[in-house]
Amino acid sequence: MEPGALGREYEDREVICRQGDRGDCMYVIQSGTVDVLHQDGGAEVLVGTMKAGEIVGEMALFDRQPRSATVRARGAARVLTLDKRAFLRRVHEDPSLAFRLLETMSQRIRALNTELASLKQAPAATEREPARLAGRRG
Amino acid sequence: MGMLLEDGSRVGVIGGGPAGSLFAYFLLTFAQRMDMPLSVDIYEPRDFSKPGPAGCNMCGGIVSESLVQALAVDGINLPGSIVQRGIDSYVLHSERESIRIDTPLREKRIAAIHRGGGPRDISERTWGGLDGYLLKLAQDLGANVVPTRVGEVGWDDGRPRVKLKDGERTYDLLVGATGVNSSGWDLWEKLGFEGKRPETTKAYITELNLGNRTINETFGNSMHVFFLDMPRLDCAAIIPKGDYVTVCLLGDDIDHDLVHTFFENPAVQRAFPVTWIAGEGACHCSPKINLREASKPFVDRVVLIGDCGATRLYKDGIGAAYRTAKAAARTAVFSGVTASDFEKHYLPAYELIARDNRFGRLIFRVVHRVKAFPPLRHGALKMAAREQARPGASRRMSIVLWDMFTGSAPYREIFFRTLDPRFWVRFGWSSIRAGGGRRGKQMEAAHGTGSAG
Repeated sequence: MEPGALGREYEDREVICRQGDRGDCMYVIQSGTVDVLHQDGGAEVLVGTMKAGEIVGEMALFDRQPRSATVRARGAARVLTLDKRAFLRRVHEDPSLAFRLLETMSQRIRALNTELASLKQAPAATEREPARLAGRRG
Repeated sequence: MGMLLEDGSRVGVIGGGPAGSLFAYFLLTFAQRMDMPLSVDIYEPRDFSKPGPAGCNMCGGIVSESLVQALAVDGINLPGSIVQRGIDSYVLHSERESIRIDTPLREKRIAAIHRGGGPRDISERTWGGLDGYLLKLAQDLGANVVPTRVGEVGWDDGRPRVKLKDGERTYDLLVGATGVNSSGWDLWEKLGFEGKRPETTKAYITELNLGNRTINETFGNSMHVFFLDMPRLDCAAIIPKGDYVTVCLLGDDIDHDLVHTFFENPAVQRAFPVTWIAGEGACHCSPKINLREASKPFVDRVVLIGDCGATRLYKDGIGAAYRTAKAAARTAVFSGVTASDFEKHYLPAYELIARDNRFGRLIFRVVHRVKAFPPLRHGALKMAAREQARPGASRRMSIVLWDMFTGSAPYREIFFRTLDPRFWVRFGWSSIRAGGGRRGKQMEAAHGTGSAG
């Protein structure tokens, strides 16, 4: 780790925070990339990949629910931890700090909408496909 | 145009240090969110890429834990090309012992930086300075940097006017970010600022070229702070950077005699390599620091931010520059630029710093008493050492010392934390044991005090 690097260095596949844990901090990625993984039963689904400059783990700060996903380093990654209490005190003093989080969340909702639309289109297309083929045969 | 900034409004900023640059950065960021194009000029005669006084704003060069975090949320992640060393711990030295206090999570969350191009005897520039980096951020958002010293200001039909050699420029808002080491206040008085100027005292800073390897081996990634009974000395620190360490002494008019006494102190000698010969570096200065805020930091269309208004006592001056700059930018974009707008929306942030400094002054008075009485001085360090040696133990003294020396928490918060009776019971017990002679020392040895040197 270079002497001027801020935050903590995580090794490849090292867990930064775990789904189900209590969230008392969020993270800003300083370098490298991290995977956001949702675990459902035994299955692990890659929800997204975040890169340097992006904020991750912010949801648990606002909704006081357990972590909704696991965040894991993809390759070596350096991550700065932001304390919940210090952050919320700052937001109380300076509400504009929350704006960038709103921007981040807004972008994520847009991305989710796009994915949801494509998922809804996909089954409809597979349903239409056999009917079209049956029509041809008929 | 009225007293609100509108499309095409002109804003002048005198001073391109952290306060001026961060003001311009946040003003332009907020204005972009409002789809409001503004024209911003920053007057800064210094070239921050130059080594020595020509490019330096004279400062210890620490970006606090709380500021590193706030900047990261704002999208300003300080890069390794600026941060010479990430600090992950503090080592507290007294005449008798040294103890180490780690950051929560053992993360590097404090940034050691140079403000300008580095000390005057620098041979190779590996890192850029913070001031140049922040100024560039403002430029990238559209601010225009004018490399000129402003010598004259006045009014032009109710609007502030800046007089330059090649003409005059009138602004809808003029922002003062001139610090306390320039003749900035002469300008502000010409614009009608009345009341008290900031109260100042002299600090001392020197840069010692020890080389990267020696610094790694001797100081590591720890800031070294001295808990010594020296009259007039409130804070003394050695901040390791790349090839240099910065020695920073703060207190009441630090003079040459006090600097000499400090360097000759056994605890200071112990912190340096054995081969080091005490003395100041080629680059040293005695900058003024703001001890007490200016009484009124605004009039219609003019507002003062950073050190020329109010700053945090001794610690986290760059953090105070960030807070005043952002509060002034918020007020200008979202509320207006009259004195009553600043009174309603800017003054609370300004007064928060000023009020907090009252707690700070009280804390430093108590600390002087503690340092002057050896059992209390050693008791404080022993209590922190015991806390560090026991993982999971409550860290009452460690947190108080950490927040005091790093500037990570408001002085008010530190003060109220020390009101907990459990803090005083443990401190009292540690002091009795520290002052208890041989029996006390035997008990300490049995507990293992986790000293670091």
